[in-house]
Amino acid sequence: MNWLDTGITAGIWALEILAIAVPVALGVAYITYFERRVIGWVQVRKGCNRVGWAGLLQPIADGLKLFMKETIIPTQANKILFVAAPILALTPALIAFAVVPFGETTLFGLWDTVHVMAIANLNVGVLYVMAISSLSVYGVLMAGWASNSKYTFLGAMRATCQMVSYEIAMGFSIVCVLMMSGSMNLNDIVHAQEGGIWHWYLIPLFPMFMVYFISGCAEVARTPFDLIETEELVSGYFTEYSGMWFATFSLAEYGAMILISLITSILFLGGWYAPLPILDFIPGTVWLLAKTSFLIFVFIWFRATFPRYRYDQMMRLGWKVFLPLTLIWLTVIGLAIYTPGLSDIINYWRPGA
Amino acid sequence: MSLLKRAVKTWLLTELLTGLMLTGKYLFKKKITVEYPEERTPLSPRFRGLHALRRYETGEERCIACKLCEVVCPALAILIESEERDDGTRRTTRYDIDMTKCIYCGLCQEACPVDAVVETQVFEYASETRGELYYTKDMLLEVGDRLEPQIAANIAADARYR
Repeated sequence: MNWLDTGITAGIWALEILAIAVPVALGVAYITYFERRVIGWVQVRKGCNRVGWAGLLQPIADGLKLFMKETIIPTQANKILFVAAPILALTPALIAFAVVPFGETTLFGLWDTVHVMAIANLNVGVLYVMAISSLSVYGVLMAGWASNSKYTFLGAMRATCQMVSYEIAMGFSIVCVLMMSGSMNLNDIVHAQEGGIWHWYLIPLFPMFMVYFISGCAEVARTPFDLIETEELVSGYFTEYSGMWFATFSLAEYGAMILISLITSILFLGGWYAPLPILDFIPGTVWLLAKTSFLIFVFIWFRATFPRYRYDQMMRLGWKVFLPLTLIWLTVIGLAIYTPGLSDIINYWRPGA
Repeated sequence: MSLLKRAVKTWLLTELLTGLMLTGKYLFKKKITVEYPEERTPLSPRFRGLHALRRYETGEERCIACKLCEVVCPALAILIESEERDDGTRRTTRYDIDMTKCIYCGLCQEACPVDAVVETQVFEYASETRGELYYTKDMLLEVGDRLEPQIAANIAADARYR
């Protein structure tokens, strides 16, 4: 391989990364806008509709404001960790997108073979996503500790507990999906759900879908579980942050929300396949983004509806309800696969078997 | 049986779905937002906003410098000085209301025996300096002259409840 090839490969990688990172950043900005509008509508208000047409420039204005603001580093804070924490929180949220397949394409017939629209078509994609998304806890923990403040410290403790305990329920519900698909490659998991809504894992694994989505809420600290950033803790682990560093944290949080929605659509809602085979003429990426957008809307809908869990209630839900439930369903699926009569039913969703 | 019912309710998340349906319904309700600079809510004739000093139809100012308003003002926002005028009547030489002190309780207009000082429906008189909120007699008279039709209409509308 000569230098030119290396350069071209690196350039293509950079383009691929930009093609994902820029839409994600823009998506985050407009999810904040969408969230404000939807919560406004639910509360019989109109929401922000002043800046630009229908308020569409509002996130840009917010971003500009945050850019202009002074970054304050508390004198008693550990400066290196304080600055590193937001970066460490944002990085995992972004690099997890590397394995997410956004669809399959032949680039309008230019290529002979079908390519997966993912930066890395990893064989252990599911493991990678799990591993990377648990890394974001470090950013949270470091932010809480480095700020040297009681509130941030308490917030960070809660956040860590929450993320660690819900990761387990999420992991077990993913195991159910893996048992059905027989592959850890996100691309293969989607392929296993080909052929309409009755092939989606939503149907045999409906309880796992609920567990995964609700745990996802907890994992990204969305409303019923947002007690780590409540008012009584003065917005939790990033109390001491201002300006762009503060924005970095919210970027990470909303990025994680997009990621959870994407992964849920891929694991349970058939990825880029249309709900009915007749609707296949609409490109797969559109379907995937539509499913993801719907799940993001559900996140916001939750926020507009549910009151917050208390800390012990949240822990109870994670350890005493979700964990046994996932284990029971795991057993049920396992038994069904190996029981002669039942395996015929369950194998309907297991094309590899 | 009730235990079974409760279990079904819990595991099918019926209560959560009920809540979601309710907020979902409100998502499509008509919005009640009043977009302020373009749209306004109606104001009562009794609305207590910026003060004004009124005149009679002849152009004579109503205020007779009895200082009842100055006495009754709980915020001590009114300052009055008076002298005998050439025609022998007692008139104010100074009538200042400090809008930064005023609490808009309306006691001055209640106390006034000649309906000279009134509060109008004007509430958009924000300024960039504090000094501009110190209203002198000339400024208050000017407000009164400008808004006399509205003030008279409001007093007439409210008269039968007094």
